[in-house]
Order: sequence, then C-alpha cells, then structure tokens
Amino acid sequence: MTAKTVLNETHRALGARMVDFGGWDMPINYGSQIEEHHAVRRDAGMFDVSHMTVVDLHGERVRDFLRQLVANSVDKLTAHGKALYTCMLNAEGGVIDDLIVYFLGEKFFRLVVNAATRDKDLAWIEQQAVAFGVEVKERPDFAMIAVQGPAARDKVIGLLNEIDRDRIAKLARFSAAAAQGPHGTPLFIARTGYTGEDGFEVVVPEDQAVAFWNALLDAGVKPCGLGARDTLRLEAGMNLYGQDMDETVTPWEANLGWTVALDQGRDFIGRAALERQQAAGVPRVMVGLVLDDKGVLRHGQKVLTANGDGEILSGSFAPTLEKAIAFARIPAGEPGAVRVDIRGRELPVRIVKYPFVKAGKPAAGI
Amino acid sequence: MSEIPGDLKFQKSHEWVRIEDNGIARVGISDHAQGQLGDLVYVELPEVGANVEAGNGVAVVESVKAASDIYAPVSGEIVEVNDALGDKPETINEDAFGDGWIFAVRMSDRAELDALLSADEYAEQMEDDEH
Repeated sequence: MTAKTVLNETHRALGARMVDFGGWDMPINYGSQIEEHHAVRRDAGMFDVSHMTVVDLHGERVRDFLRQLVANSVDKLTAHGKALYTCMLNAEGGVIDDLIVYFLGEKFFRLVVNAATRDKDLAWIEQQAVAFGVEVKERPDFAMIAVQGPAARDKVIGLLNEIDRDRIAKLARFSAAAAQGPHGTPLFIARTGYTGEDGFEVVVPEDQAVAFWNALLDAGVKPCGLGARDTLRLEAGMNLYGQDMDETVTPWEANLGWTVALDQGRDFIGRAALERQQAAGVPRVMVGLVLDDKGVLRHGQKVLTANGDGEILSGSFAPTLEKAIAFARIPAGEPGAVRVDIRGRELPVRIVKYPFVKAGKPAAGI
Repeated sequence: MSEIPGDLKFQKSHEWVRIEDNGIARVGISDHAQGQLGDLVYVELPEVGANVEAGNGVAVVESVKAASDIYAPVSGEIVEVNDALGDKPETINEDAFGDGWIFAVRMSDRAELDALLSADEYAEQMEDDEH
C-alpha cells in the first residue's frame, strides 16, 4: 500500500511526476528538477515533507529519557523552541535514524524522524520509553511544508498574523515557535531545513495544509520535488539516512562525529561501542568527492584508493556546480590518487571538504 | 504529451529511428523517455566508425536522477554522433525527436526495421505502460 500525504491531489494538479519514496507517493519534480533546485538557491521553493514523522514525547522524565536515547546531548537544549540534530544509535553504535529534537518544555519534547524508518523508530522509542514513563505520541494529524531559499522566510512571514511577524522574523537558526497563519491556522515554525539555504520547516494541521500550500504558491514560492531536495542537501553536505549511513555504520564513519556528545556521566545507547571504536581506530571514513571530468557519480560505484576500495554513497550531478559530486566511504588513511570506476572506466576524483555549496555559491576549493 | 512523428520507428526501450534517404538511420530517445528521465546532464556517445549490433547498448544518457543505456535499434556502422550534446545534453529534453538525436548508423541489414514498432504501436505501448 502506498501512503499519500494530504497534498497528493494538489501535487498532481500542479503536474507533478510522482514516485514511490519509502512507501509514500511523492512528487519527484513538477517539470524540471534543475529549475526547482535553482529556485531554492536563488529565491524560494517549497517541499511537501508531510511523509516525515512527528513524534511528541510527554512526561516528567522526558529529558532523562532523551539523554539515554540519542547520541547528542539534549542538555544543550535550554531555550524554549531550541532544536538539536542527533543520531539515535543501537547498542553497537550503528545509526537507527537521524532526527531533530525540539525542546518545548521540561515535560514536552518533539521529535521529527524519517519517513522510511517510521515503524522501526517508533518501536525502538516506545521500547526505550517504558522505563522512563514517557508517553510516545505520533502526530499523523500534522502535515509539514519546508519553505527554503534566500527569500523563503520573508514569504512565510508575510502570511502570518501581524502580531506574530516580528517575533518569527527574529527566530534564531535551529529554533522553533508557534505562530498564526492565514485565517488563524496554528503553525509550528522551525528555522531548519535540508537544503543549505535559510528558511522554515512549518508543521501545519493536516486539514489546513492545502490552503497554506496554496497561500505560499500565491506568494510566489515554487513547488519543488524530492529530486531537487536530494541535490540541494547533497550540495549542502547533509547526510541521507539509508544511503549515507544505516545500522551498520557508526557516526564516526559517517562524518557525524560533530553530533556525538561524549559528555561526562551520560550513558547513551551506543556510547560504549563508539568509545571502543574510537580507541581501536575508526576503519572507514566518509569523504566528499568532486569529479572534474564529464560524467555522473552514482550510489554504488567503486572508489579506488591506495588503501583499498570504497564506495559512493550519495552521488549526483550538482546543478549549482554543474559537475558531479558525491559522498564516499573509503578505508581510513592517506588515500593517494583516488579514482572512481564508472562503467569500467577509471576517472580521477578530488577529495574535498564539504559543504560543496555555501550561501548559494560554490564553496572555496570546490 | 507531444505528438509522435509518424515517420519514426521505435524500440520498446524508447529509442526512435528515422530512416533518411541515403540509408542512414538516425537514432534518439522518445519525448516520453526524456520526460521519464528528467533533466539530462550528460551523454556518453559512441565512437564514429564503431560497428554496433541491434539490441546492444551503445550510448548512455544520464539525468540528474539516473543513468540509462541507449540500445542500437539496428546493426551497422556509426557514421555520425551528435557532438552538440556534449555541451548541451538538455537538447534531448527540449527537442527529443529533432535536434536531440544521438547517433546515426549506416544500416547493414534493412530487414531489422521490420522488428521495430510503428509510431502508433509505440503510442499504444506507452498507454499500456500507464495502466
């Protein structure tokens, strides 16, 4: 059974080409993926991300629960509405999912987890929550629309109730707040995203999502599909769960060490395994690659290095750079001259620090 | 969907062939195929002078999304390739049945044309695919 978001008919009416994405019937593009990509880099685009799963956690001991559940430290969350990006690990240190945690009160935190991992995430979270007496409540009554790009915030703010505009305009990066949209629609607005551009991710009650989408459309925000979302996040150096990391990969091997907090006395799930791997030496690393020759780097292609073979994880043509870029996992150590096997031809690639694109422009050294 | 030119023959795998006066078969992919692939960003062309066999992969078109093999609809010698696609692969998106042609073959066996679909048969197949 393919699931549909409340915006499904709206996408079809806009001429979207639909694909199955993790069991959801979602728009891949509305015509040209590249034009949608550029709209987000240059102006404002919107994505239906209602397939993502919102999970509310309530209880006296929610913070203690999250201290154990996730690898980043929720003790960093002190201001109301503040968000935290983190991995949720299994006991072996493998990544069950990556997610965002919002602090909405000492007894109320909100998680946003991936669509494709919904079932296993909920089962895991519920299992771990029992000991803390935390109530785990999925929110299928919400839709979510990501509005991204240099003009995105202004376009959203223009639709808000006048009394909320200043406050939302001042919302700090990686923070969220409630506000009223058109006709009093209650919105949860987070200054987060998956494109490398500024913007908001807006949680909206399902029955008001179509009206809000159409209001954004009238404000000049371009509908964008999951195709553009993928090239935007790759250029921005953001991992995709299932492609760049999974339960067989630790955060050290997925360049997500920055999200792991080895703070004193916090025994999060997977910590012991991570510390063991760190002490023994991490065997594989994730790197960014640029192909200067013509061709496209793709998931699954073999990467040849001085220390053995690796593999392309996410790889694509990057519209902002007009060449192919990728993440690859390769054996640790000095890699020497790195090549990628594309249909039997070995093409040289450069290892680069990413993000590949910053503030809409190619990053230095790309 | 755009009109399918009636003078073309097709393979099920969405390549078209236009037979020119001098016995040359010009080959491209259908408008339907370019739409399915999305924005094209790279075309790997065959070598002029290479001999190709009907049904074998001889070129590759890559969209942002995926790479697709292009199969030779007829056997023969490659006599021309569309070098303009090197800089402007999007020509295939813009004009799949015209300027977006990919290569041309001097046919070694005209009887192979009988195995190809007519424009009407190809249109019917696409309709079947969508159901």
